[in-house]
This record gives sequence, C-alpha cells and structure tokens, in this order.
Amino acid sequence: MNWLAIAAIYKFEMSRWFRTIGQSVASPVISTSLYFVVFGAAIGARMGEIEGISYGAFIIPGLVMLSILNESIGNASFGIYFPKWSGTIFEILSAPVSWGELLLGYVGAATTKSMLLGILILVTARLFVPYQIAHPFWTVCFLLLTAASFSLFGFLIGIWADSWEKLQTVPLLVITPLTFLGGAFYSIDMLPSPWREITLFNPVVYLISGFRWSFYGVSYVPVGYSVAAIAAFLMSCVLIARWMILSGYRLKRH
Amino acid sequence: MSAVMQPEKRAEDAIVSIRGLTKTYANGFSALKGIDLEIRRGEIFALLGPNGAGKTTLISIVCGIVNASAGVVIADGFDNVREFRRARARIGLVPQELHTDAFETVWATCNFSRGLFGFKANPEHIEHVLKDLSLWDKRNDRIMTLSGGMKRRVLIAKALAHEPSILFLDEPTAGVDVELRHDMWNVVRRLRERGTTIILTTHYIEEAEEMADRVGVILKGKIILVEDKDVLMKKLGKRELALHLNAPLSAVPMALTDLNLELQDNGSVLVYRFDAGGEATGISRLLNRLGAESIQFHDLKTSETSLEEIFVNLVKERA
Ligand SMILES: Nc1ncnc2c1ncn2[C@@H]1O[C@H](COP(=O)(O)OP(=O)(O)OP(=O)(O)O)[C@@H](O)[C@H]1O
Ligand SMILES: [Mg+2]
Repeated sequence: MNWLAIAAIYKFEMSRWFRTIGQSVASPVISTSLYFVVFGAAIGARMGEIEGISYGAFIIPGLVMLSILNESIGNASFGIYFPKWSGTIFEILSAPVSWGELLLGYVGAATTKSMLLGILILVTARLFVPYQIAHPFWTVCFLLLTAASFSLFGFLIGIWADSWEKLQTVPLLVITPLTFLGGAFYSIDMLPSPWREITLFNPVVYLISGFRWSFYGVSYVPVGYSVAAIAAFLMSCVLIARWMILSGYRLKRH
Repeated sequence: MSAVMQPEKRAEDAIVSIRGLTKTYANGFSALKGIDLEIRRGEIFALLGPNGAGKTTLISIVCGIVNASAGVVIADGFDNVREFRRARARIGLVPQELHTDAFETVWATCNFSRGLFGFKANPEHIEHVLKDLSLWDKRNDRIMTLSGGMKRRVLIAKALAHEPSILFLDEPTAGVDVELRHDMWNVVRRLRERGTTIILTTHYIEEAEEMADRVGVILKGKIILVEDKDVLMKKLGKRELALHLNAPLSAVPMALTDLNLELQDNGSVLVYRFDAGGEATGISRLLNRLGAESIQFHDLKTSETSLEEIFVNLVKERA
C-alpha cells in the first residue's frame, strides 16, 4: 500500500477545501437555515405531526442528507475533474498509485468534508429544533455510508464529465429531483398510489428513511433495506471506478 | 564521455528497454509503429524528431500516462505495467506543457510530488533541489504568480522530488530564454554527474549537440537512427573547404570534374566537400591539381556541418 500517496492526495484535497473554508461551509449552513425558517417555522407551524414527530424535526434528517449528497457529489467531482481540465492529472497518472489508493485519497477527502458539514448542519439545526437522536451509532453509520458512496458517485461523474457543463448539470438534473422526491419534506405515505410505488425505485428514499429512523425510530422502509441499498450502491460505484481508472477512461489520452 | 570509450556496452547496461512498442490512438491514427530502443544507464539521450513524430507519445507510454497498444517497456528492471509501482517510482517526468497547480506554493507542490511517489518527507532534499534550480527564494510563492520559465523549473523540481534514477524532459527549454536555457543545461549536466539517466526531446538541435551522449531520431512513429553523437557527427557530417578565387570561373575546369567541387557566388568561390570522418581528406591533392591548372586563390575557409544540418537532411531523405 502506498500510504504516503494516499496521505498526499488527501492532504492536497483537504487544503483546497480549507483555503475556501468560508464558502465551503457558509453556503450549506445558510441554505439549511433558510429551509428551517421557511419549512420548519413558517409552514411547519401549520402542518400536523408526521408519524408523531413535529414537522420541523421531521425534515432535519432529510435536509442533512440533501446537503451531504450535494456536497459529496460537488466536491468529489470537482476534485478529479479539475486536474483533468488543468492537465496536472499527468502527475497522478504517472505516480506509483493503484486504483484503490487513488479512490482512498480523493473519495476519503470528499467524505471527510461531507461528514464535517453534516455534523455542522446538525448543530445548526439544533438552534431551531430540539431534536433527539435515538440511535447515534446508526446516525454516524448512515452519515458515513452516504457521504462515502455519494463522494464515490461524484468521483465517477468527475471522470466522466468532459466539460464544465456536464459537471454541473448531472447533479442538477439527476440528484436534485431524486433528493426532493426522496421524502426529505414529506412521508412517502402521503403520496397517492402509483407514485408511492414508483418512489421505491429511488435510492435516496432508502437513505433518508434509514437516516430518519436513526433519529426517531420510525421508518418507511425497513432499516435493513436501507443499509443494503446503500451498500449495493457503494459497491457498484467502486466497481465502476475501478474499471474507469484501470482502463484510463477519460483520464488518459486514447 | 563513457559512451564513446566503451562502444560495446552490453544489454544489461540498458536502464530503459523498449521493445515492439506501438500506439494506435482511438481515431485510428498510428502514432508509434514498433519502437525498439535501449537507453543506457547514466547517459543523456536526446530524442529528436519533427512535430508529430511521436516523441511525447513514446514518453507518455513509458511514464504510464498513455496505454500502449502493444509492446513492452522495462524501466530499471521492472515492467512498467505489471510492476508499475517499482517502475514508476524510479521515473521522473517533466511534461511538454506547463501543467501546474495554481494556488499551491512551490514548497507544497514539491512535497506533494514526493509523497505521491511513495517517498517519506525529506525537507533537505527538496531544499537542495529548489536551490539547484534557483527556486529557493520562490518557495513560498504561489505557482500562479510565477513566470512561464519559473513554472518550467517548478515542474523539474517536482519531477526530481522523489529522486528518480530516470528523468524524462519533454522539450525542457521550449519558450525559455537563452540564460535560463544555459542554466537548465547545467542542471541537467549536474544530474547526470550524480548518475541520473536523462532522456530529453528538443527542437533545438544545438541543445542535443551540446549535451547528448547519444541521439535518436524518430520520424512518423519509427526510430530511424540511434547513434553516439560524436560518431554521428563523424559519419554523417561533411566538411567544406571554400576557396576564394582571384579570378572567377564560369565552370569547374574539365580536368577537375572527378573531384567533389562546386562553384558558388558567381564562380568566385570554389567549394570542396569531403567526409568529416575520413583520414585522407584529399586536400593536398586538390591544391596540387589547382596549381597545375593555374587556379589561384587569396583566401580559404573550412567549415563543418552541424547536427542541425545532419538532422534536416535525414528527415528530408526519409520524408
Ligand atoms: N489523443 C490523440 N488522438 C489521436 N491522435 C493523437 C492523439 N494524441 C496525439 N496524436 C497524434 O499522434 C502524433 C504524435 O503526437 P506526439 O504528441 O507524440 O508528437 P511529438 O513528437 O511529441 O510532437 P511535438 O514535437 O509537436 O511535441 C501526432 O500526429 C498527433 O497528432
Ligand atoms: Mg511532444
């Protein structure tokens, strides 16, 4: 294992983040706060409880997931797209680094950033809503699994994208709808019949449901399904990443 | 020059050994058509060739940036695909384009490179490299604030951060001013003295003439020549003797047409060409026969073809 290479990439990626720490942290914190003001306080006050939880508290896990998904994808995709675009990727490609080490460095850093952000948002949310966490161990597990798998997914997008437009639009066109329709702001029960079943094909539903369960002990889908779904997603991303790096797909000149 | 003193170096002295290397790009273009090449340990090897000949492609494959279509590369005893870790740890690359980070400092980027290649931090070594390249004063500057020539040096420093035994320099002096170019030549010579093998490409033939132990010429994806530089200069170099005549001639006299003579400058200069390497130049014979023909001259000059002319002729011949 080339641990020194993993550390070098990890450090590089983290220092990139810390250089713009203000932006990196402020924008998700501000937008989450706005969600709380609008959905939690203004609208939530007129909403009844969902599954015995106040609306303000109900949306917290979904909001955290929303931010983590966006940040993971945004960060990891940029992290690998930028050196491709600027040409500095040549050094990474010429280094004695295996595909797994490359992933650990880049995806590890993106995961760390997302985790830190998730925790920050949870702390911010505490200022608005006095929520409880029923299963803290599982909260951390879901945070970690989600941050890791979507950082990996972002990494794939970063390799795949061959223009800034593509880098921007995939998260916008694919991820935003999936998260909004993933039950962040409502319970799946509230949907009318065909949509409720269709929704079950949305992987984000499993994330949010599982994460919410770790807070309040209630979930729409069984928790085991959630863990399995994330794990399956993670594994698929690892396999695709492995193929991309080994073949040099859109990384090397072909 | 050791390469000249021991012309019969054995294959095990090869530090890089390339066999049957081909590259066909996805669009069907065949950039390398079966390259066989051995680089000797400790030498400076200059790879010459016109634009698009395949120099960068060849280097990129050895360094692992481009996948070969077929063929084998052994670097310091290790296959560059199957044993890529050990092979790559020994290779440093300075690319043709100025691909650098922007926001990192010189110091940070060099330490990053060292770590990336799996070497423990060694501030003394990095300091040494930066001082060698006159970058020490700039160590805390962000790379984007540096000039192009300085960025080129940063790339060299990064490539040297992990103490490679093989260094590839892809046009290291492109767009670099004269002073910096001479600095760079000195850096390269110092590296060679310490035992680093250097493979460089260049469009400045004088650079190869100045520095290289051996020269290879690549043309349209094929190596058309590999030779000790000195031998090459002898073998292909021509020397000229130009005689400035007292009275111009309208044609080379019939009695002298068996000699390799040519008239220039409206018949006022008689040029004699002979092999640079030969012992018998034939000059005294020429002078005797000129005397017999009563051709008189008031000045004479000899000159030698440069590597540049040799190269241009070679490429013209094969094109
Ligand atoms: N990705 C690619 N797809 C198709 N053809 C390519 C690709 N990259 C390079 N080529 C072609 O391969 C040939 C060799 O290119 P290469 O960059 O190796 O040349 P070079 O000898 O380094 O030239 P120069 O002196 O201009 O740097 C060129 O004709 C080039 O157009
Ligand atoms: Mg080139």
